[in-house]
Amino acid sequence: MRLSLSSGPHIRAKSDTRLTMLDVLIALLPTTAAGIYFFGTRAALLLAVSVASCVLFEALWCALGHRKSTVGDLSAAVTGLLLGLNLPSSAPWWLPVIGAAFAILVIKQLFGGLGANFLNPALAARAALLSSWPAHMTTFLLPQRTLFVNTAAVADAATAATPLTAKSSSYLDLFLGNIPGCIGEVCKAALILGLLYLLVRKVIGWQIPVVMVATVALLSWALGEDPLQAVLSGGLLLGAIFMATDYVTSPMLAVGECIYAFGCGVILVLIRKFGNYPEGCSYAILIMNIITPLIDKYCKRKVYGEVKKNA
Amino acid sequence: MPKDENKPSLRGVFLNGILNENPTFRLVLGTCPTIAVTTSAINGLGMGLAATFVLIGSNMVISALRKVIPDKVRIPCFVLVICTFVTIVQMLLHAFVPTLYASLGLFIPLIVVNCIILARAEAFASKNGVVASAVDGLGMGLGFTLAMVLMGCVRELFGNGTVFGLTVFGGAFEPMLLFVLAPGGFIVFGLLLGIINAISDKIAARKAAEGGTKA
Repeated sequence: MRLSLSSGPHIRAKSDTRLTMLDVLIALLPTTAAGIYFFGTRAALLLAVSVASCVLFEALWCALGHRKSTVGDLSAAVTGLLLGLNLPSSAPWWLPVIGAAFAILVIKQLFGGLGANFLNPALAARAALLSSWPAHMTTFLLPQRTLFVNTAAVADAATAATPLTAKSSSYLDLFLGNIPGCIGEVCKAALILGLLYLLVRKVIGWQIPVVMVATVALLSWALGEDPLQAVLSGGLLLGAIFMATDYVTSPMLAVGECIYAFGCGVILVLIRKFGNYPEGCSYAILIMNIITPLIDKYCKRKVYGEVKKNA
Repeated sequence: MPKDENKPSLRGVFLNGILNENPTFRLVLGTCPTIAVTTSAINGLGMGLAATFVLIGSNMVISALRKVIPDKVRIPCFVLVICTFVTIVQMLLHAFVPTLYASLGLFIPLIVVNCIILARAEAFASKNGVVASAVDGLGMGLGFTLAMVLMGCVRELFGNGTVFGLTVFGGAFEPMLLFVLAPGGFIVFGLLLGIINAISDKIAARKAAEGGTKA
């Protein structure tokens, strides 16, 4: 008998996909709320545009292809929310629209829809936007904590380097999110709250976030950086909890998940330390996304072989 | 000498290179220059025309020498002929259009290893007469040029807001740099391939349906 392991899609009943996605949305609520608290209605507007355009493009694709609409499984909404959380609050309104088109149409639907995409759509869109409009994607506003941010006044005065480059924020500020950065990445407390919810609901396993964060901490420490600072700055927690754990683009077995998360961590630290970009979380995860089918194949074989040899 | 019964018409040979066997979109040959140099329409045009010149020249010479070249060493012989024409093109471009020469850079000498040219030498010129080979080179070259210009236009339009250097969108347009970067090349190439396949599938389906009603 030949057993073959296919890479990628975890085929689930439709109601299951919807429920999982709903859980992810609930887990993202604290982060979303924190983002809006720190960056005001401007952030709320960007998130709304991002979610709406993702859902709209998904509906449009299904309508044009005469397919059954897949909007109901909420995966487009999750992609939209994650994309929005990955933008700086200074971004113009059309940025999430183009990002949504790229994520949903190019990365997700052209490769066969949910379950067949080889990259995390939200992250791929972020990478596309970052290489297309680097200035828009790296202009971070200081948290205003006012409802209506006067962008004209803020633009010159309050743009700031993220703690990754400045390295001047206190641990408490880093943890609570009182730092410049993308909408969703600043408040670590809210992200960890989301992680706990996902773990309790058994939506994700602990392997990917824990191994990835531990790798980054250890490697940063070994390279002479402050490990706590390394973990709490940049997009590491957002990536490790919500992006790297995407079912479709992460390995299936626990061993594979650990290798994958370790790879994410190593690449992230290498980019931070030696690369041209201050943050490499999205690129690290995207690269490991591509390697995922290989890990799946390799892990399966190795487990089979090793058990027989050692027994 | 017996006349070849299945000899294709020159018009058929010419159109074959542009449509049915378009080197870029149907045979998917020469992908490296297609993705690398089509960051602007003018680069695409220059690369396409340079390759066309080499194709016509090498096809004619190889066709003329096809009975002299020993079969076992034919590939080195082909490459030698192709190299000659590439050197001519390189010197001409360097002398008369130095800006284009500078922007195409390494990809001009790399025309030597462009698989379209070797493929036509092997598949067509070494089996057909000089005139037919010249027409084949012209058709294939123009097909390649059209594809390069199409890619260049799309990438320049979105990645720079211009086509052939002329501004298309207003000043408020912020170009999407991704299109002129390498990933954009792959994405545009894939999308154009998909669109062209979809269109030709539709045409084939319509032809099949018409044939069905006639018969």
